[in-house]
Amino acid sequence: MALFLEFSLIGLASGGIYVLAALSFVIVYKATNIFNFATGEMMMLGTYFFYLFDTQLGLGWIVGLGMGLTSAALLAIVIERVMLRPLIGRPHIVLVMVTFGVGSILRGFAGLIWGPNVRQLPETLPRKPIFLGDILVPGKLAWGFVTAGVIAALFMIYYKFSRAGTAIRATSTDQITAESLGINIRAVFLLAWALAGLLTAASGIITASVNGVTPQLGLVALNVLAVVMLAGMTSIGGVIIAGLFVGWMETIVGAYLGAAWQSFIPYLVVLVVMIVKPYGLFGEQRVERI
Amino acid sequence: MTSDILVVSGVDVTFGGIRALSDVSLSVPERKITAVIGPNGAGKTTLFNVISGFYKANSGSVTFAGTDLLSQPAHTRSANGISRTFQNIALFPGMTVAENIKLGAHAQLRTSLFAAGLYLGPAAKEERELEERMDKTVIELLGLQDNRDSSVSGLPYGTQKRIELARALISGPRLLMLDEPFAGLPTTEKATMAAQIRKVVDERGVTVLLIDHDMESIMGMSDQVVVLNFGEVIAAGAPADVQANPAVIEAYLGAEA
Repeated sequence: MALFLEFSLIGLASGGIYVLAALSFVIVYKATNIFNFATGEMMMLGTYFFYLFDTQLGLGWIVGLGMGLTSAALLAIVIERVMLRPLIGRPHIVLVMVTFGVGSILRGFAGLIWGPNVRQLPETLPRKPIFLGDILVPGKLAWGFVTAGVIAALFMIYYKFSRAGTAIRATSTDQITAESLGINIRAVFLLAWALAGLLTAASGIITASVNGVTPQLGLVALNVLAVVMLAGMTSIGGVIIAGLFVGWMETIVGAYLGAAWQSFIPYLVVLVVMIVKPYGLFGEQRVERI
Repeated sequence: MTSDILVVSGVDVTFGGIRALSDVSLSVPERKITAVIGPNGAGKTTLFNVISGFYKANSGSVTFAGTDLLSQPAHTRSANGISRTFQNIALFPGMTVAENIKLGAHAQLRTSLFAAGLYLGPAAKEERELEERMDKTVIELLGLQDNRDSSVSGLPYGTQKRIELARALISGPRLLMLDEPFAGLPTTEKATMAAQIRKVVDERGVTVLLIDHDMESIMGMSDQVVVLNFGEVIAAGAPADVQANPAVIEAYLGAEA
């Protein structure tokens, strides 16, 4: 039983990373209706930005974090402004394919600059394990989870209560009405992408603080996709629950059934949910008044 | 004698091969109620969408208080002093009545979209002032005190229409555009709505441009009526004159054989 609890905590902790990346995915989808397949690569490059400023340029982790996050937000803004904005109004599949393309360009770019080998991030999160009774949670994982939780909470507050958050919510419900109320929806698109850049970078840095960063770091975003589908694409609260759940299930399945099952069972669950509830567990079924 | 606050002149709009508006010109006098009527498909909503900036006109111009509107993007209308409601109520379902109304003042707030997120101090103060203004003016005017903090989703249709009107008014517009304000309302609520619109014009000096099918309400409350048919203005003038106009009678009842 203690072992099960231990695995569960580790699973929930790794789910925290999914939550941040999935929030980034959902904010872009809600504001712009774009399915962003470059989410994983934005995680990866954001992490390299942090590595660049912190370790390679030797600016230390506080400056490195500030500049790394800023660069990640700027990258996201450039993607929106340069690649996607000119394509507004084209079929959605075109925009989705562009995000795919952007993803592989970013992966190739990172490979060119930083090479294929693992780069270790500095030890910013405490390594010392945390004991809850006789349950042991690895220190980095626990602190990573706490960090992810704080960021997710701040994001939720911002989204729910700030005027900018209200503007994003209004735009996601009805672009025409939002515009007639004076909301500059193009500014909202940029803001959503900038927020997505921050969230992905944070998620990537936390992921890499345990295992280091390679150009393949972004592939974890496939699991994030499962989280988003499970939650129902548009539900901010649902993504948090689904992220923790998928993280937990992966770890439990991996621990008791082995690694081969680990990359299979969670997707099976998502598939079953999609068949039973096509809009996901917390998704909204959009109803139009005619 | 009042001056015209909105002047539409020679506006042409085509969708594919269909000419939705052809050479439409009309003037909206300040502090008056102007109604645009016409059979279904006459181009009333198209005209509204051109003025709002959602449709592009092939030619012609729309001038509001001396400035050209057609060269400006849709989201600047609110800052220019124009607000509108929609034919199908376009409230945001997940939000409360107060949140919906406050969104109407979005363009008036000084703190920009980005700054509002960054420093909460000035933004929060501005938000409080806005809430006070909202409570004192539009909430009271439209009798929404009891629903202020409830979610808009479950509220009756008539109440939702009043919320949409409140949202359009909170920004203190000079021109209020109402897309079918009477549609779907029972007779008693129609009278209330008409009285509230009249009050807004008389007490706050707002100019109203509206579209509707409800002849009784329109003829009773409007200062000027403009009739569209197949994308063309066929008559304009005082309600009584328009009602007596043979071209209007023909458009509504069909030509006599």
